Amino acid sequence: MSGASARDAALAHALMKRAALWQEAEARARRFSRGRSDDPTEAARLADDYRLLAHDLARARALLPRSRAREYLESVYARVHATLNHGDWRLGAAVRALFRDDIPAAVVWLMPYLVWATLLFVLAGLAGYALVDRFPELIALFASPDLIASVENGKLWTEGLLNIVPSSVLSVQILANNIVVSLFAYCSGFLFGLGTLYILGLNGLMLGAVFAFTARHGLAGALGSFIVAHGCVELSVMCLSGAAGAAVGEALVRPGSEGRAASFRAAALRSGSVLLACAVLLVGAGIIEGFVSPDPRIPLSVKVSIGVAYWLFMLALLSGWLWGRRRP
Amino acid sequence: MSEVAQQLSIDSATGIDVSLPLAGAGARSYGFVVDWHIRVVLALAWYGAGTLLYNYLRDGRLSVTPPLGTSTRFFGAVLVPAMVLYFLYHPVVELLMRGSTPGKRLAGVRVVRRDGGAPGAGALLVRNVFRIIDSLPVAYGLGLTLVALTREHVRCGDMAAGTLLVYEMPSHGFALTPASTAGVLDIAIAELVAELLARWPGLEMGARDILARALLRRCGQSDEQLTPLDDAALRQALIEVTRLPGATP
Repeated sequence: MSGASARDAALAHALMKRAALWQEAEARARRFSRGRSDDPTEAARLADDYRLLAHDLARARALLPRSRAREYLESVYARVHATLNHGDWRLGAAVRALFRDDIPAAVVWLMPYLVWATLLFVLAGLAGYALVDRFPELIALFASPDLIASVENGKLWTEGLLNIVPSSVLSVQILANNIVVSLFAYCSGFLFGLGTLYILGLNGLMLGAVFAFTARHGLAGALGSFIVAHGCVELSVMCLSGAAGAAVGEALVRPGSEGRAASFRAAALRSGSVLLACAVLLVGAGIIEGFVSPDPRIPLSVKVSIGVAYWLFMLALLSGWLWGRRRP
Repeated sequence: MSEVAQQLSIDSATGIDVSLPLAGAGARSYGFVVDWHIRVVLALAWYGAGTLLYNYLRDGRLSVTPPLGTSTRFFGAVLVPAMVLYFLYHPVVELLMRGSTPGKRLAGVRVVRRDGGAPGAGALLVRNVFRIIDSLPVAYGLGLTLVALTREHVRCGDMAAGTLLVYEMPSHGFALTPASTAGVLDIAIAELVAELLARWPGLEMGARDILARALLRRCGQSDEQLTPLDDAALRQALIEVTRLPGATP
């Protein structure tokens, strides 16, 4: 064995004698990252571990580049680095911060997009209404043959719905469908915002067209009565998720100085948190749509009250008020 | 861990950069398939057992046919939990396990932020919402294509959330042997011996015979010493070389 290689072997074995310290450092970092230790002495030891690991890792990279020992050191060093630089992780605090701080801040940031998304939805609805009002045969583009036949016979397709499908199954189908549409409206912002605009526009057109068609057959009031309990929140959430998708799309179309990938990441992260609130709200809207909206025994006044109350609940959730957030 | 795995380097205060080996399509797919089976089995088990129990308690029959009438109990106790198990498995488990899941753990990977930290609740949510796009047109076609084409092996959800999938070496993946620590045994050989012993029950007898003899030769044992050894004796000989000379078993 040459002098240099003997020296390297000796250094490598000296390094391995410290392996127990690495395992201790890993255990300490795990305790801190899981929030299981707040001891200042332990924290100081973790900072010492960090320096020791950096030293040993530099040696291991030179002396044992293809060894398990080097891989293990890399892993422990990364863990200690993350623990020291990013603190611990507590699920309850993270979720609370999301609802109390992140979602309200995202909603405020999305406000201009929300205005535009709502405007697009309303204009598409008016356009759909005008189209079908003027050319009733165009309803075939927006509605199923069963729906058209039912309305032409003077009955809403929602009448007797509970005789065919149980409320429970209906609710699950509706809320699942709405959540998927809402998530799609957001994700399709990935296509430079065009997918979001398409989904918002199409849903607006369909709603306006169906309202015009039912109005021609004297059923607009009945449709309004069906929609009012769940629709206030459902349509608001559609516009909100569309606004989030539009923000993602704009980040890709006009990325600014930081580059397209970074701009996309920032916009998606910032706006994406509102999707959780949207999903929570759509679960409630789905339950209302399955159990309250199609039930003819529930009077209109009760349905309106439920619709308004749930909409106010939505405002409280999105503003963070429910989680104790107050205006600064 | 693959030697050719690409690395993400992060500057640190010590001057020694943190190096995170990036996971590719293989590790991702492995983790996903395991997780998919877990959530399908959980959701089906809940639905089947819940429906059986519901029907039995209601009218004494054992059937997995869902009830026809309006049933809030069936809705709340059977349908919703089964759907939640299936659709919210990834976001909820990743939140609970700080960016990991049972499948990812089995594949030896975890989700981290681009600066190496654990991702926040918002990032994990965004990452999972974008599965809708990644799963297009079928079987995660877009996601896998992006993983194969991007430098950091990320899918659309990771791009949006600013996250990466990195390999993580479990603490049990590094075995210390007294002989290597004391300088009696070469470190590289000691690691190979430790790994062979760990994988011994899973290897075919012929394969472990060849590997054990090759390693024992590198530890200085002659062919004459090795020839009479059977499977159990080879394993014992490998254990012996990891011990300090003179140490009691």
